[in-house]
Amino acid sequence: MARYAMAIDPKRCVGCADCVVACQTENNVPVGYCRDWIVEELTGQYPSLELEIRTERCNHCSDAPCVRSCPTGASHYEENGIVLVTHNECIGCKACIASCPYDARYVHPEGYVDKCTFCIHRVEEGMNPACVEVCPTHAFVFGDTDDPNSEISKTLRSRKSKTLIPEAGTEPNIFYLL
Amino acid sequence: MKEITITSGRMNPGIDPVLHAWGWEIPLYLFIGGLAAGILFFSAYFFLKGKGEKFRASIQIGPMFVPPLLAIGLLALFLDLSHKLYFWRLYTTIHLESPMSWGAWTLMLIFPLSLAWALSFVSDVFPQHECKFPAMGRFMNWLQNYRTFMAWALILLSIVLGMYTGILLSAFNARPFWNTSILGPLFLVSGLSTGTAFLMLLSKDKDERRHLSQIDMILIGIELFLIIHMFMGFLASTQVHIDAAQLFLGGPYTAVFWTFVVTLGLVFPLITEFMELRGYHIPPSIPATFILIGGLILRFIVVDAGQTSRWLYKFME
Amino acid sequence: MKSKVKRREFIKILGAGTGGMMVGTKLIHAFPKIDSSKQFIESGDEVTPTYCEICFWKCAGWVHKKDGKPWKITGNPKDQNSNGRFCPRGTGGIGMYTDTDRLKTPLIREEKNGKQVFRKASWDEALDLIARRLTEIKGKWGPECVALFTHGSGGSYFKNLIKAFGSHNIAAPSYAQCRGPRAEAYLLTYGEGVGSPERTDIRNAKCLVLIGSHIGENMHNGQVQEFSELHANGGTVITVDPRFSTAASKSKYWLPIKPATDLALMLAWIHVIIYEELYDKEYVKKYTYGFEELKKAVKNNTPEWAYPITTIKPHIIRETAREMAKQAPATIIHPGRHVTWYGDDTQRVRAGAILNALLGSWGRRGGFFAPAKAHAKKPSIPKYPKVSKTWKDAFPDQFPLANLALSSGICDATIPSADKSCNFKAWIVYGTNLPVTLPQPEKTLKAIQSLEFLVAIDIMPAEITGWADVVLPECTYLERYDDLRISQGRKPSIALRAPAFEPKHQTKPAYWMARELAVRLGLADYFPMKTIEEYLEYRLKSIGSSLEEMKKLGVKEFDEDHELYFLNGEEYEFGTPTGKIELYSTTLEEAGFDPIPKYTHHEEPPEGYYRLLYGRAPMHSFGRTINNPNLNDLMDQNEVWINPKVAKEWNIKNGEMVRLENQDGVVSHSIKAKVTERIRHDAIYMVHGFGRMQKKLTRAYNKGADDQQMITRVKLDPIMGGTGMRVNFVTFRKEVA
Ligand SMILES: Nc1nc2c(c(=O)[nH]1)N[C@H]1C(S)=C(S)[C@@H](COP(=O)(O)OP(=O)(O)OC[C@H]3O[C@@H](n4cnc5c(=O)[nH]c(N)nc54)[C@H](O)[C@@H]3O)O[C@H]1N2
Ligand SMILES: Nc1nc2c(c(=O)[nH]1)N[C@H]1C(S)=C(S)[C@@H](COP(=O)(O)OP(=O)(O)OC[C@H]3O[C@@H](n4cnc5c(=O)[nH]c(N)nc54)[C@H](O)[C@@H]3O)O[C@H]1N2
Ligand code: SF4
Ligand code: SF4
Ligand code: SF4
Ligand code: SF4
Ligand code: SF4
Ligand SMILES: [Mo]
Repeated sequence: MARYAMAIDPKRCVGCADCVVACQTENNVPVGYCRDWIVEELTGQYPSLELEIRTERCNHCSDAPCVRSCPTGASHYEENGIVLVTHNECIGCKACIASCPYDARYVHPEGYVDKCTFCIHRVEEGMNPACVEVCPTHAFVFGDTDDPNSEISKTLRSRKSKTLIPEAGTEPNIFYLL
Repeated sequence: MKEITITSGRMNPGIDPVLHAWGWEIPLYLFIGGLAAGILFFSAYFFLKGKGEKFRASIQIGPMFVPPLLAIGLLALFLDLSHKLYFWRLYTTIHLESPMSWGAWTLMLIFPLSLAWALSFVSDVFPQHECKFPAMGRFMNWLQNYRTFMAWALILLSIVLGMYTGILLSAFNARPFWNTSILGPLFLVSGLSTGTAFLMLLSKDKDERRHLSQIDMILIGIELFLIIHMFMGFLASTQVHIDAAQLFLGGPYTAVFWTFVVTLGLVFPLITEFMELRGYHIPPSIPATFILIGGLILRFIVVDAGQTSRWLYKFME
Repeated sequence: MKSKVKRREFIKILGAGTGGMMVGTKLIHAFPKIDSSKQFIESGDEVTPTYCEICFWKCAGWVHKKDGKPWKITGNPKDQNSNGRFCPRGTGGIGMYTDTDRLKTPLIREEKNGKQVFRKASWDEALDLIARRLTEIKGKWGPECVALFTHGSGGSYFKNLIKAFGSHNIAAPSYAQCRGPRAEAYLLTYGEGVGSPERTDIRNAKCLVLIGSHIGENMHNGQVQEFSELHANGGTVITVDPRFSTAASKSKYWLPIKPATDLALMLAWIHVIIYEELYDKEYVKKYTYGFEELKKAVKNNTPEWAYPITTIKPHIIRETAREMAKQAPATIIHPGRHVTWYGDDTQRVRAGAILNALLGSWGRRGGFFAPAKAHAKKPSIPKYPKVSKTWKDAFPDQFPLANLALSSGICDATIPSADKSCNFKAWIVYGTNLPVTLPQPEKTLKAIQSLEFLVAIDIMPAEITGWADVVLPECTYLERYDDLRISQGRKPSIALRAPAFEPKHQTKPAYWMARELAVRLGLADYFPMKTIEEYLEYRLKSIGSSLEEMKKLGVKEFDEDHELYFLNGEEYEFGTPTGKIELYSTTLEEAGFDPIPKYTHHEEPPEGYYRLLYGRAPMHSFGRTINNPNLNDLMDQNEVWINPKVAKEWNIKNGEMVRLENQDGVVSHSIKAKVTERIRHDAIYMVHGFGRMQKKLTRAYNKGADDQQMITRVKLDPIMGGTGMRVNFVTFRKEVA
């Protein structure tokens, strides 16, 4: 079975938000909402500055508090590790929103809770997620970590990486390359 | 110095700059849950202690209010749901890991039980009242046979319910301010305290009131201890937790919390109750009202502050 | 562009570069296989080829419909400009189509109860009126008194129309407000230009020097891709910018230069490279002209001389110069694109061109390659009538080296004055929003007021349409054919734009409009093809393709023996008067300008004032995308960047609304303060295109501030007439409630 993960290289990312628009159009995310977004973190004082530009989204945590806190099972793991919300099982209690340390979820105007799906509809067809496919700077590597020969496995072996808020213990599957 | 800019797409309504998943409905729901738990607990407890005839307010009258209270609470919960048509999904599974799930089931169990409990006292509270439906009357009489059993079940379920109101929040590691194991006991104790306060309001019996007041003073004492303990815990923890505590120690919640919750909702009633026990004449409705209001505000502030505190990007300095 | 390459054998260069680009995302899986070349899914997915119209990079891609409804736009992997990946603006292009604020019908200005209003009109009515008015003006003033402003694909049909009509006064803001100085500087130095997409071989470079160019915010697609690749592969980026731009954040060296002093820095670099003998001796000897003069001229331009001017420390100037030389010839001093900054822009850009020559990067791998271009025949048309005067006659002794019309110049010449011989009486404005695009907007409006007739062709109710007598609503690029995209690149290629959707409302494509006008003006011969399909078929046939094929391919590349790198020791004659790369420009000398760039001091902001700088945001194209629902969602207002020390002085808090007031007392719209370490203390910065005052643009209206409004002064480039726009100073006015 595949286990999907994403490695993101902030060094390449220019913060253009193309990944955001591509996600919105691909997945019909209504204007005013988003499944992914850009964070720019500046440290230092003029003129010794450092800027990290990251694209963020649901981390598809291996130990996902959103899944744990969901009373109906709408939030669940797929076999391949992707965390999904089944829209017509979701009651809109927002427990998952409150439980996600990454603020990755939002209430869709239609009432259910929505978030990044790792574009499972594309991945299952053998394609990259829309954000990965569009990124002009090739900041993403997406793939199956169970396959030692996959690009992502190789990337994660050859380069150091970090995850966001590891202390929250959620075991994210999005890795930021250092 | 760190500058954080969130570009594009983010700033979702409901999430940024501070999470706004829950408005007034959830804190009200939690307050009512705690209050109902408190009433039921003491009703069952005094019943089991055989205070039957003396503590009428606690054992017989208080429970009459519980089913409607729970109905209001459930309504609040229902109003909060954004995908209401699928409400029934709550009751197609149980997820023990999800407080929302077992809380909903606890309510599901405690609601009919509290109704049965209350019904079993109808003939005691309204002795002149003739039930129009004889079957109903028979049913209520029949229920009386199971009071002891029901009482034990209520003790258990009310503690679960009271704890649940706190654990619902403390299960969310994602919100540093909720991320403390003290929230469960704190809300339980606060729920019990609001329960005693409610019963004090109902009671006309001096002895009963005195007894309730004594219990309440202990509960308030525990609450104050838990609150101090909670903040000490935060301050001894990671930076995000320290930041979360700072919301109350100089931050935006400082004034409301220390004035309304601690001073007027806990310390003031404690003093008045103490003075009353010492023989000063103070109408018991005064501390009781303050406790109830303090308890309500506590829920609102904790729900709100939890949503303000976050691990990543701080918008509020 | 003259290319006199001595033929050599073709060397394949498709090695590591192209391969490397793909590796990043091409994933091979046991289950399920992810294949980045796989494009389309569901059977309901219907695709139409297009090339993007949101900026002038013109990426080719696909418009997708799902179940017949507009869905998304993706890049065409076979396209060199995009490599299959659109930038955020292109991806968000669907919003151009869905925007409900679009122009819907032709509009005609009329007087109603003493008030001027627009009245909806039929196409016949609008076109008849335009034809009648143009004929009248031609009769009264001559056809040369009609000018065309154009920026965008459909402009070419109007160019044809107006030339046939008898005027050669055709201007685009992309010259005098954009890359004019660059075009002339490279023409003067190398005898040919850099072109667009730029012929910079960033992909293979090892060192890239950015003078201002804010790649990453300036989102020209292929360039950003190559930039990021270079950085990820460990190449050196040196960014000179008063602001810590995205590019600066990815640079080994960020030189936070004092604005307006770049020329001093560049002369110091030239000094170091010459006096430390770091230049490519053989190359310089073989290909350049005027080295000794240059050496003499920069003798005193030491890093120590440049330090107090630029505030860049001498050792940094030396270190960076050495780094450039170390990586040469795979070092690019980026020529910039929007370079109309301070009025001495041709000279500044020329200094960069000279540096490139010293490092030997022109014509070499990792430097500047020789671009290839496809050729497709156009149907033949009658000769255009001779013109008796052009816009140049209005500026008899000025801008001798301007090779294209100045949009700002035409604007000046429209305002009646005793000393200008040609007064324009009518404008046709296609796809350029002059009141926001041209500096000194006050002057633009004055010119507009002096006109007898103004036609605006746009897709949105842009500011320019509000001044027009007749507004013609064009359909968006997603709803029309246009001419083939034939842009320069590493390989010759063509791309097709076909309509993905039916034109909404009563909008029409420009080809149709221009031809309908031609018919009404008796100029139908100049449009021998009745429909654009026929026209395209004709052109495609000449190049061995067809509409049918192109609808399937979207992009077609042509194999051609073509040397990308042509200066590897062989003889080469440049298109300059001396046939060499002119370090010393004989043309400039002849025209009375400095043949070698000289630093001149620019005015500095007075006490309490800050230089107004502006630039791009990656998700917007000037003003044209601000109202696009998808892109507006990403950024709906601009912010003014203020250094924290300055903010403290003015007691301005991050996020607070402020107003700016310039040296001439013009006060800006209110704008949010972004207090940030990312900018110097002597300048402020904002993204251009915001602060729109046209109410009909419901999302853009009154959001943020317009830099143009503050640009009440320009410094003209005496060589080619570019408008230096970064010469305005502003101070703060705190918003009162
Ligand atoms: N997203 C997006 N991309 C675009 C466009 C767009 O509208 N949107 N437009 C396209 C077009 S037509 C053009 S012409 C290009 C323009 O893009 P560029 O050619 O990159 O434009 P510049 O004016 O060089 O870039 C602005 C930068 O110059 C810096 N700067 C300001 N003053 C000075 C100075 O005195 N010295 C130095 N060294 N730097 C200075 C500013 O801080 C800012 O970072 O962008 C193209 N790309
Ligand atoms: N202050 C300031 N001024 C500047 C610049 C700056 O950075 N700051 N940048 C300068 C530069 S580099 C440039 S290149 C110019 C750019 O100048 P412009 O190209 O004039 O800029 P836009 O604001 O994009 O205006 C384009 C107009 O075309 C319309 N349009 C878009 N698509 C179509 C279409 O398909 N058909 C038709 N008919 N119309 C269409 C839009 O609605 C808009 O009104 O501006 C220059 N002026
Ligand atoms: S598309 Fe790529 S470069 Fe642009 S913001 Fe997203 S990750 Fe960064
Ligand atoms: S990031 Fe949030 S929503 Fe996504 S799996 Fe983790 S906890 Fe759940
Ligand atoms: S909002 Fe929906 S997905 Fe989230 S916890 Fe509630 S039921 Fe589950
Ligand atoms: S993986 Fe798909 S759903 Fe997730 S952010 Fe990327 S495009 Fe959106
Ligand atoms: S760079 Fe972006 S906006 Fe420009 S043509 Fe390409 S996709 Fe369109
Ligand atoms: Mo430009």
